Amino acid sequence: MADDRMRGLAFEMTSGLAGPAAAAVSEAKSTKVEAVSVDFFYGETQALHEVSLAVAEREVTALIGPSGCGKSTFLRLLNRMNDLVPGTRLQGRVLLDGADIYDPSVDVVDLRRRVGMVFQRSNPFPKSIYDNVAYGPRIHGVRDKARLDEVVERTLHRAALWDEVKDRLSDSALALSGGQQQRLCIARALAVEPEVLLMDEPASALDPLATAKIEELIHELKVRYTIVIVTHNMQQAARVSDRTAYFYLGNLVEFGPTAQIFTNPTRQETEDYITGRFG
Amino acid sequence: MPQHTDRRYEEELGRLRQHILEMGGLVERQIGDATRSLSTANRSLAEATIERDHEVNHYDVEIDEECVHLLALRQPAARDLRLITTSLKITTDLERIGDMAVNICERAIELSDRPLDLIVDLPRMAEMVKKMLRESLDAFVREDADLALAVCQEDDDVDLLHREMFNEMLPRMSSDPSLLVPGMAQLFVSKYLERIADHATNIAEMVIFMVKGKSIRHLSVPSSL
Repeated sequence: MADDRMRGLAFEMTSGLAGPAAAAVSEAKSTKVEAVSVDFFYGETQALHEVSLAVAEREVTALIGPSGCGKSTFLRLLNRMNDLVPGTRLQGRVLLDGADIYDPSVDVVDLRRRVGMVFQRSNPFPKSIYDNVAYGPRIHGVRDKARLDEVVERTLHRAALWDEVKDRLSDSALALSGGQQQRLCIARALAVEPEVLLMDEPASALDPLATAKIEELIHELKVRYTIVIVTHNMQQAARVSDRTAYFYLGNLVEFGPTAQIFTNPTRQETEDYITGRFG
Repeated sequence: MPQHTDRRYEEELGRLRQHILEMGGLVERQIGDATRSLSTANRSLAEATIERDHEVNHYDVEIDEECVHLLALRQPAARDLRLITTSLKITTDLERIGDMAVNICERAIELSDRPLDLIVDLPRMAEMVKKMLRESLDAFVREDADLALAVCQEDDDVDLLHREMFNEMLPRMSSDPSLLVPGMAQLFVSKYLERIADHATNIAEMVIFMVKGKSIRHLSVPSSL
C-alpha cells in the first residue's frame, strides 16, 4: 500500500505539462492596388527606387519612415496627385484592380473618385456641413434632393459624425472642431463611393481623443474600403494597420504584417527605426 | 547595435538588464547556500538563507515596476518589447527558484539534528541545476540563443536523475521504515531541484524568444534553431 502511494507520488513528481501549440493562420486577401518596380523623380532627384508593394483589399496598410523617405510621395502616386507637381516622372507600373492607372486612356477624375484622399490638415470648403458632403456627388451629376439627402446621411453615419451634426447640417463646416472637420473630410471623400482611401497623416493635428475617434473610424471603414495611411506616429500605425511598410531613402525596406513588424522585424534598419535607434 | 536616440531610455533598459542579473546572481547564491546547508547539516546557514529570500522578492517587485514603467512611458517595440516582456517572465521564474531554495532549507532544518547519508546524486544534481541557471542568465546577457537552447536540452538529464533517485530510494524505504522520513525529505529536495531546472529552462526559452522572436515553449526541444 505504501508502494502504491509512493508510485502515485512518483507520477505526480515526474509528470510534465504539455500544452497545445497555437497555430497562427493569416487569411490571404486579394490585391487591390499594386506598385510594380516604381521609380519616381522630382526633376533630377530620384524619390523612389524600384518600389514594389501590393496593397490588399479591405485592409489598412500603413506607410512609415522618417521625413523624406518617400512614403508621402508613394501615397500620392496611387491616385496621381503627383501629376500636379511639375517636373515629376514615373517609371514602372501602378495597378488598380490589375489595370495601370498611368495608362493614357485613364480618366484621372474618375481615378480620383475611385481612390479618394484625406489630408493632414482638415480642409473643409467654406460651405455648410451638408454642402461639403454633397459636393462630390453634385460634381458627378447627382441633382435629386432626396438622393443627396440619403447620400449625406449615409456617409455622415459612416464617418461617425451623423449624431454630432444631424441637427445643424446647414451650419458652416468651419464651425466644427478640428476632429469633426477631419471626419467631415473623410465623409466628403466617402460620398463619391470610393474603393480606396488614401490618408496622409489624418490625425497628426488632432488631440488624443479626436485621434482615437479617427482611428476607430479607420477600423470601421476597412470593412468596406481599402485604406492606405501615412503616419509619423508609429503607435498609430501599430494600432490601426494590418500591414506596415517601412520606407527609408526612397526604398521600401520592409513590408509585412503589422504585428510582426512591431514585435520581430526582419531587417535591422526597420528594428532601429521602430525602436527609436535612428540617427 | 546602435544606441537609442533617447539616452535616458537606453539607460533604463540597461538598468533593467543589470537588475535581472543581480537578481539571478542572488538566486544562484541562494541555491548554493541551501544545498550546502543540507549537505553540511548547517541549521544556521539554512535559517540565514531563508531570511535572505525577502531580498529576492524585493527584486521581483522592483523589476516588475521597472517593466510596467517602461511599457507605459516608452511604448517599446521589437527587441526592446521582447526584452521587457521576457524580463517580466524571467523575474517570476527567478522568484519561484528563490522559493524552492527556501523549501530546500526547510528540509535541511528538519534533517539537521539527525545524522544521515545523503543520496549520492543529490549534490551532483544541485551542481547541474546551478549550472543551468547560470547558463540561462549568461544567455540572457549575451543574447546567445544557442546557449539558451543547450540549457533546454540539459533539462532532460535532470529529469532522468530525479527519476533514478526516486527508483533507488523507493525499495530502500520500503524495506527500512526508519529511512522513510529522511528519504522523503531528500526526495522532496530532488523534486525542488528538478523544478528549479524547469524554471531555468523557462528562462532559457524566453531568452530564445527575446533573441529570435520565436517561441519554442511547450514544444519538444529542437536540436538547433
